[in-house]
Amino acid sequence: MTLLKVEHIEKYYGNRQSLTKAIDDISFTVCRGEFIAIMGASGSGKTTLLNCISTIDRVTSGHILLEDIDITSLRGGQLNRFRREKLGFIFQDYSLLDTLTAYENISLALSIRKLPPKKINEKVKTVARQLGIEDVLNKYPYQMSGGQKQRTASARAIVTDPKLVLADEPTGALDSKAAKQLLERFSCLNSEFQTTIMMVTHDPFTASYAQRVIFIKDGRIFSELDRGSLSRRDFFNKIINVVTLLGGDAGDAL
Amino acid sequence: MLFKMALLNIRKSIKDYAVYFFTLLIGVSVFYVFNAIGTQSAYLTVSADTREIIGLMETTLSGVSVFVSVVLGLLIVYAGRFLMKRRSREFAVYMLLGMGKGRISALLLCETFIIGIGSLLAGLVLGMGLSQLMSAFVADLFEADMTEYRFTVSWESVIKTLIYFGIMYGAVMIFNTLMIGKARLITLMQSDKRTEKMPLKNPALCVLIFILAAAGLGYAYHTVTHKINITENTMLAMIALGSVTTFLIYYSVSGLLLTIASAMKGSYYKGLNAFTFRQISAKINTTVMSMTVICLMLFVAICTLSSAFTVRNSMNANLNSLCPADFQIDISLKDKKTEELLPADIISELKKHGYDIQKETDSFTELDVYHTEGFDFGASFGSMLESVKERYLFLDYTTPEDIVRLSDYNRLMELYGRETEVLNENEFILVCDFDSMTELRNTVLENGGSIDIFGKVLHSKYDCCSDGFLELAAQHINAGFYVVPDSLIPDGTVPAVSYLTGNYAASDKSGRSAAEERLSAAFENMRAELNENGILSRAALNTRIDISEAAVGLGGIAALIGLYIGIVFLISCGAVLALKELSDSADSIGRYDVLRRIGAEERDIDRSLFAQTEIFFLLPMLLAAIHSVFGMQFAIRILEVFGTDEISASVIFTSVLILIIYGGYFLITYFCSRSMISGKR
Repeated sequence: MTLLKVEHIEKYYGNRQSLTKAIDDISFTVCRGEFIAIMGASGSGKTTLLNCISTIDRVTSGHILLEDIDITSLRGGQLNRFRREKLGFIFQDYSLLDTLTAYENISLALSIRKLPPKKINEKVKTVARQLGIEDVLNKYPYQMSGGQKQRTASARAIVTDPKLVLADEPTGALDSKAAKQLLERFSCLNSEFQTTIMMVTHDPFTASYAQRVIFIKDGRIFSELDRGSLSRRDFFNKIINVVTLLGGDAGDAL
Repeated sequence: MLFKMALLNIRKSIKDYAVYFFTLLIGVSVFYVFNAIGTQSAYLTVSADTREIIGLMETTLSGVSVFVSVVLGLLIVYAGRFLMKRRSREFAVYMLLGMGKGRISALLLCETFIIGIGSLLAGLVLGMGLSQLMSAFVADLFEADMTEYRFTVSWESVIKTLIYFGIMYGAVMIFNTLMIGKARLITLMQSDKRTEKMPLKNPALCVLIFILAAAGLGYAYHTVTHKINITENTMLAMIALGSVTTFLIYYSVSGLLLTIASAMKGSYYKGLNAFTFRQISAKINTTVMSMTVICLMLFVAICTLSSAFTVRNSMNANLNSLCPADFQIDISLKDKKTEELLPADIISELKKHGYDIQKETDSFTELDVYHTEGFDFGASFGSMLESVKERYLFLDYTTPEDIVRLSDYNRLMELYGRETEVLNENEFILVCDFDSMTELRNTVLENGGSIDIFGKVLHSKYDCCSDGFLELAAQHINAGFYVVPDSLIPDGTVPAVSYLTGNYAASDKSGRSAAEERLSAAFENMRAELNENGILSRAALNTRIDISEAAVGLGGIAALIGLYIGIVFLISCGAVLALKELSDSADSIGRYDVLRRIGAEERDIDRSLFAQTEIFFLLPMLLAAIHSVFGMQFAIRILEVFGTDEISASVIFTSVLILIIYGGYFLITYFCSRSMISGKR
């Protein structure tokens, strides 16, 4: 069942004299309930891709369809509503509001959607249990560890039951232990609650938790790996091989 | 190179500097306008007496200017330091690039210089324009003629403004240099990564503190408004109590609101309410001290403005009703050796000095005031004296009470165009128009007050004092006199004071002032002669022209000083709040981005920002307004002598002025913040 369909999108920066092709004809599909990672080095265009899908940025050409709605044709208020109703975001810098407690940070995502306050409490408690942050709900971000912050941010992203959760380098600011905990939660959310997650990363370890990895280089899809029935460790090794190839290729070019 | 960089820096941080520059601009122009009044008014056609009053006003205003410049100086240093803090990152980059602290200081010096010159020039130009309007206002205050008026520039005031503001900018430069000198690279670099620690306060404790503070404030309000005789020490204690409780209220208010909000889950978790609420409470928590100072300054501004205009408006309104005759002479003669009162015949004394009252006046009347042994202010209370003394310690209870014959009184009232009285043989009336004295005397009359004078007991015709007066005055200052049947005072009793009241025969303005000059000359000669003879105890000439000029002048000075201090305080408060709010918005840009990312609507974000700015500006104003309600009640009692009938007009005027200045700052802040946090950057 296809959830997201990316069709021949291109994103150009600059003018005629110096044209930068951040995305150069990329197409792929994501099915409902998939956990997909997008890998690439800095400047490969992976964050631009994420921004285009999340409607933060506009494509130069091509179409992006989410549940058969062409989001490249949405404008102004429709975009806001689309983001609010269909997407959940997780960022490298957590993007938590430092003036609010964890509970309030999560509930804000719901109250913006005009959910009645009674339902809010119930949903926040449920999602907090799923991510194991029940005991920090009344703490402020500065009182929490990095891992707790990112799990709170993740809770905020999934509490609204989005069709697609977009995560930009979610483990970028975490130590390895916290990163592992977070990713295990992601896997769990994906397998148990069928949450569709699309994650951008440059870290092979993080990517190895996904079901499928798309490699991007210089704005094009370089390769694609499916985990299939492989163990995470084996999948990690496979990813490392591709990464080496990615890097090696660049080395050959020199 | 340095100069160019400074210019570029200013252009780059124009948003930060806008409020600062705007404030400097208003500060400079207000300073110029009020110091230029003297020069400007040279073109107004006014009498010599009014000219003298304008001179007095100039001196007062330049005294106030010193105070004002201290306030403005503190504001400028505060604002300057504030802007420096915002630019810590930038300075860190300069230092990393190898720029010495000396060079950075020089750069800042350059910037301050450019801003200073710019604001001075623009402020002076604005001030020159405004001071023409001010001249019209002054002309209106002093009821002067403006036909001779033309556009003027007061170079004296220009130079004064340049010197005063030069010193202030110098102080800013010194502060900046010191700050850069002290700064360490690591603190500069990490300045924007400050961990936003919410000062966690115990909500229950906050509620308790708030209740205690409110109770303390209530006590202070009650004391200043209900206690009749307040000593200076009590007053100071109440002001101190008011200031401390104001601080405590701002200290605890966010905790209190948190308690209330957590009880109202329904609206707290609605839309962006939780975010808005937390933003506001963080702002209040980090600005308790500034909030307190701003609130108190607003309080002073409101009270000064409304009192000043009450004084001025009431004085002018009082004149018509309280000066119903052209002139009044009062004389008291006494043999210096025997201390015995002597009778005075004012009409014939004046005639000796060439003033013929029959020819010079249209109408006139004489009136004598008598005193009698043993009947003084204390005695008028009879058996109630002890309890009255307990309440009013500082009154002089040994002043003899004034007694007037009914026929004298009625003739004077006819001249004044007021109602006459009829009395039975055993009746008297008590006439008084000084409000607190009326109140006090009424307590006696209500209890069937009777007096025992000249061997006879009289009863009051009414159970309260009659409103009225005997002497021409600018204010309600008649503390009370008794009107008794003619027959009560034995013939041959020597009066304590004799009055002659009249209206000039001339009806046009120049004729009247000529008549007044003749009367004044004759009066002076008469006084000199009586004094030489050694029998003069007291002699005074009061004329409507003198009284009105003095009153108008005094009212004018009060109004101008009130306006001066009020405006400066208002812009100081507005500027501090605006700077604080703007810097908060700059710090919060990231938070608004997060809100957008999680799908908040622009409309909701704008609404949240508006609510934050609104509450931040309203909080100090709200408490200041409550303070003022009670402060003004106290002020009214002091202003009573000047009359307080016109208070509603001045309150309206004050509100409009506050709305313009304070509201202006609010709007600038809101729109600047909105453009700052808007996604389009």
